Amino acid sequence: MAVTDHGVDHARREYAKPPIKIFKNLSSKIAAIPMILTATVIFIGCSGWTIVHSFTNSKLLPKLDFVGFDQYERLWSSRRWLISVENLFIYGLCSLVFTLVIGFLLAALLDRKIRFENTFRTIFLYPFALSFVVTGLVWQWILNPEFGVQSIVRGLGWESFTFDPLYNSDIVIYGILIAGLWQGTGLIMCIMLAGLRGIDEDIWKATKVDGIGTVKTYLVVIIPMMKPVFVTALVLIASGIVKVYDLVVAQTSGGPGISSEVPAKYVYDTLFGRQNLGQGFAASTMMLVMVVIILIPYVYLQFGGKKDQ
Amino acid sequence: MTRVSHLTTADAQLQGPKGPKPKRAFSGANLFIYGTLIVMSLYYLLPLWVMIVTSLKDMAEVRMGNIFSPPAEITFQPWVKAWSEACTGINCDGLSRGFWNSVRILIPSVLLSITVASVSGYGLSMWKFKGSEVFFNILLLGAFIPYQIMLYPIVIILRELGLMGSLGGLVLVHMIFGMPINTLLFRNYFSSIPQELFKAARVDGAGFWAIFFKIMLPMSLPIFVVSMIIQVTGIWNDFLFGVVYTKPAIYPMTVQLNNIVNSVQGVKEYNVNMAATLLTGLVPLVIYFISGKLFVRGIAAGAVKG
Amino acid sequence: MTVIENPSVSIKNLDLNFGAVKVLKDLNLDIASGEFIVLLGASGCGKSTLLNCIAGLLEVSGGQIHIGGTNVTWAEPSDRGIGMVFQSYALYPQMTVRGNLTFGLKNAKVPKAEIEKRVARAAEILQMEELLDRKPGALSGGQRQRVAIGRALVRDVDVFLFDEPLSNLDAKLRTDLRVELKQLHQQLKNTMIYVTHDQVEALTLADRIAIMKDGLIQQLASPKEIYNRPVNKYVADFIGSPAMNFFEGTVDSGVFTAGNLSIDLKGYEFTPTGKLGGLAWFGIRPENVIVGGDGPVQIDVIAEIVEPMGADTLVWTHVAGAPFRIRMDGTSTVKMGDTFGVSFDPAHASMFDKVSEERL
Repeated sequence: MAVTDHGVDHARREYAKPPIKIFKNLSSKIAAIPMILTATVIFIGCSGWTIVHSFTNSKLLPKLDFVGFDQYERLWSSRRWLISVENLFIYGLCSLVFTLVIGFLLAALLDRKIRFENTFRTIFLYPFALSFVVTGLVWQWILNPEFGVQSIVRGLGWESFTFDPLYNSDIVIYGILIAGLWQGTGLIMCIMLAGLRGIDEDIWKATKVDGIGTVKTYLVVIIPMMKPVFVTALVLIASGIVKVYDLVVAQTSGGPGISSEVPAKYVYDTLFGRQNLGQGFAASTMMLVMVVIILIPYVYLQFGGKKDQ
Repeated sequence: MTRVSHLTTADAQLQGPKGPKPKRAFSGANLFIYGTLIVMSLYYLLPLWVMIVTSLKDMAEVRMGNIFSPPAEITFQPWVKAWSEACTGINCDGLSRGFWNSVRILIPSVLLSITVASVSGYGLSMWKFKGSEVFFNILLLGAFIPYQIMLYPIVIILRELGLMGSLGGLVLVHMIFGMPINTLLFRNYFSSIPQELFKAARVDGAGFWAIFFKIMLPMSLPIFVVSMIIQVTGIWNDFLFGVVYTKPAIYPMTVQLNNIVNSVQGVKEYNVNMAATLLTGLVPLVIYFISGKLFVRGIAAGAVKG
Repeated sequence: MTVIENPSVSIKNLDLNFGAVKVLKDLNLDIASGEFIVLLGASGCGKSTLLNCIAGLLEVSGGQIHIGGTNVTWAEPSDRGIGMVFQSYALYPQMTVRGNLTFGLKNAKVPKAEIEKRVARAAEILQMEELLDRKPGALSGGQRQRVAIGRALVRDVDVFLFDEPLSNLDAKLRTDLRVELKQLHQQLKNTMIYVTHDQVEALTLADRIAIMKDGLIQQLASPKEIYNRPVNKYVADFIGSPAMNFFEGTVDSGVFTAGNLSIDLKGYEFTPTGKLGGLAWFGIRPENVIVGGDGPVQIDVIAEIVEPMGADTLVWTHVAGAPFRIRMDGTSTVKMGDTFGVSFDPAHASMFDKVSEERL
């Protein structure tokens, strides 16, 4: 009996697993090499490399001469960096609020079973197909005080009218905001519209029977139901904001003076213009920190929530 | 006479509201909806209009006139100049050079990134192996990492590979940064294909590549188009990678456009600048207007990423 | 249990784990050549998992699978000598019917003439010659399922696997195809392993049914045996619609007592191992309860709910505090609130131990 049992066990162990594990699914593993390299070498490796080198005093060339948090101290005492962060903060906050409000409003209006829906949608979305460089240059032209909006209003008889955001360091960031909103709201509108279309028709029927007004239905019923869509939109907008670069380069080149600088431009200029690598690495690490701060609650909601189910 | 009495009896039987409810042609709500939509449309259309009219005026008219007014006399001179004569630094052969550079960057980048992403997405959906999901999640999170932090190390890698400042290097960079969104797109698409189809093909003796080429590819044309739209517009519109990883002779169109318009030398020729801007925006705009619904689908796919 | 000589399919000590979850537990099953086996169970019982293991579409965690005398535990699905038919048909949408039928053969590098021959034969058997050049999108549900069967047929294999093949069809078509499948089996005499959750399919098609629950085979027997002598309360409850009536009570010296109901068990065939006393379940099928009649057990009932179902009429009532269903003739004129007498014979009943729920 014991012998037979042993025999069975032996057979089972022998057949339990194929002989060489690595060769199983080999094609799939080979096909995954680019993805694995991108994930590990580029996303993890390169980011890690930069973070490590942000603690060195690398100048023209990267070298592992560690100086602790010196680069960060220098960074946070640099006027240009502080202005960059302040600009990003103002731009980010306004962009977030306006994009969400305008995006949702437009989506809700388009969802009212209107005529020419496709035409309107096409109009609101086309700027999204254009690059930030093109966006920046067009709005640079429209906001040009000599020829653009300001001169037109003055020409209409309001001689003292002033609207020259690109030449006024106090409001230049709002000039960029106008262009950014023009380019990006269509995307959020599209996502919101998809979210609205995903809401059960019966909800609308139920609120109609209950006698709840349209605006109230949106505020009390629909928007709470669209929470995931809002979260998605929020993450998309936020991660886009941190990357803002081309728009500023094209529209103002950071000017007037340094009043419209942003962190991404600071990084590029220190790395490739002033060849102060350590400083550039510290700045880009700070950008990553900003993204992580934005992403943590989101990842927590997304992945932490799933585990509870 | 009888007819009249007949009508009155019918009316007597059905008193109160009957038939379709009378509608007002312009209700307050409609006025608000269409009013808002039209005003917003003006904001979105204005820049396109300004670009077009400015690019069709001569400089004299630009200087004295209103930027919104249509050209008194249409001239295509600014377009010609923008395309073939505008100067960046020492080169004065116009945007055409940038256009062809962008085309040369675009075609291999799009082909390579879609090939790699589609195969990765296919593997992730049907041939999972231990750890494949981990790499995929890293890839997705990577999409949120600011490019700036990876710029310099990639310079080093490209230099080691001998690709720094070359077309090949930029193509590789576009492939890398196009991977998260496109892999996700393909993975989600292939995951929506019934598992049983995959099982049937395996019973029929087809392996990894046979199933990909013979079963999956023929039924996923739409998703390839969506991915292509994302990649073509994304790569064409790229500025940062072009400026970092190439050299002036092979700068893509966006970089060259910026250099033309924002160059400090010489007299500003706004009409030429706008023609150049329009020229650069033309490729993605054409794709946008042709692809219509598929473009929207690509955007929705991007949103799933969140 | 009967020992099968030279089984067509033999499953030995099969384990399958998904992470920490044990889906199949030390499962053994021998299937004779030419036998039609149905794996029946509620969703999540492991029946489809078992079929996928046999097909080689899932990697087993332990144990062996033999097909046609060969150990195929590590073999690729296409090398196992099986054909498989799926619930969703799983036809390749961009290929014609002919392309679907020949795809596997081309992969196996079967000579062209041989392919032609097999396709012609399959098309003839399944009467779909005129469909060969159409795409799956242009076929009806029944036609698609026929093509899916054809795809298994052309492989010229000894074992066919069916994964709920009729579930996606409407009721009438399902009945028609069921009969066709039975004819096909009689004609081809292949071994067939068929997964379903539909007990009518199982009872009508199977030579033997394996009822599964929680990764274990509860009972493996002929449809008749399963229906009349279920080995435990789960099987008794699962098979039969409407379900068996149960009373909870005690057995003492050949008499079952539940509340004021007392049944003399004379005529009931106890299993050799069943104990003859203690807490127990007494089960009797609604169709074994006869209106009027002179069975040993006579009860008066009040019709609480009457459900006319065409061929039958179902009457719901309570006996000894337990819900009680009676299946009557469709022509019955019983109305709600009527009182009438019924009878049944304990010889038709099934008794189970209260705790282990095994047959007594």
